[in-house]
Amino acid sequence: MKAAVLVFPGINRERDMARTLELMSGTAPAMVWHAETALPGGTDLVVIPGGFSYGDYLRCGAIAARAPIMDAVRGFAAQGGLVLGVCNGFQILCETGLLPGVLMRNQQLKFICRDVYLRVERSNTAFTRGYNAGQVIRVPVAHGEGNYIADGETIARLEGEGRVLFRYCSPDGMIDPNWNHNGAINAIAGILNERGNVLGMMPHPENHVEAALGVTDGRGLFAGLMETLDRAA
Amino acid sequence: MKARVTVTLKSGILDPQGKAIEGALRSLGVAGVASVRQGKVFDIEIEGDDRAQAEVMLKQAADKLLANTVIENYRVEVVG
Repeated sequence: MKAAVLVFPGINRERDMARTLELMSGTAPAMVWHAETALPGGTDLVVIPGGFSYGDYLRCGAIAARAPIMDAVRGFAAQGGLVLGVCNGFQILCETGLLPGVLMRNQQLKFICRDVYLRVERSNTAFTRGYNAGQVIRVPVAHGEGNYIADGETIARLEGEGRVLFRYCSPDGMIDPNWNHNGAINAIAGILNERGNVLGMMPHPENHVEAALGVTDGRGLFAGLMETLDRAA
Repeated sequence: MKARVTVTLKSGILDPQGKAIEGALRSLGVAGVASVRQGKVFDIEIEGDDRAQAEVMLKQAADKLLANTVIENYRVEVVG
């Protein structure tokens, strides 16, 4: 795995992400500053981490989405390269247009920082092959704007094409408004682009990979990504 | 020249901030408020004095950055 983690001013989860990528793959990722115009040669995974790029000014992710490095990311994705956006990274991917829709203020207006349960909807994707379809995982969220929404036509397409990969659910995997902590439409926590090589998700799988923290449900995502990259090699 | 770009949420898009403001107005005893929607205003100084050109530029600014047209509408005014 030759991962590149993008770094924007105001991002604060890049070190968590880098630590997890190194722990899981044995190779430290390249940290790529937003003003760069190219990704390091041989990059096979681009990760946009969480945080508060540009202080969430204007709209979450809006300024970062127009940074110079994002042209390189667009080109990388257009060639089929794997792109993962977590939390603010998901917001940035929506603002760039690499993913449809937008992340609005949480329905109950509160910043939410706690563990949530996610149902993995599919395992036959580049990102989720380390999980079983229907599996429930526990991972943390930490966001004020994670309430996913898109127009009805887009939602119908996402659902029809099986592009919703993660949904907020109860501990036993039921989709229930009481467990949809931010009010996202259809309890959507993570979506895939049309081609299947760009994933955006609000929760932080990178924070649940070490046994010392008690839960390692995030490992499946990175293990699955490594398997995908190994198969492609 | 001075210009103003006003960005508002499209109808049908849930506006939790507007709802909270609406509730706060009610609790303050401000009567007669049916609903509140929150938006943004950008006051922009423009170089030169070509109004038509300024409007084209402002629309570009709104489309490229100031508004997310998935959920927002915008209005551009050159105010002189």
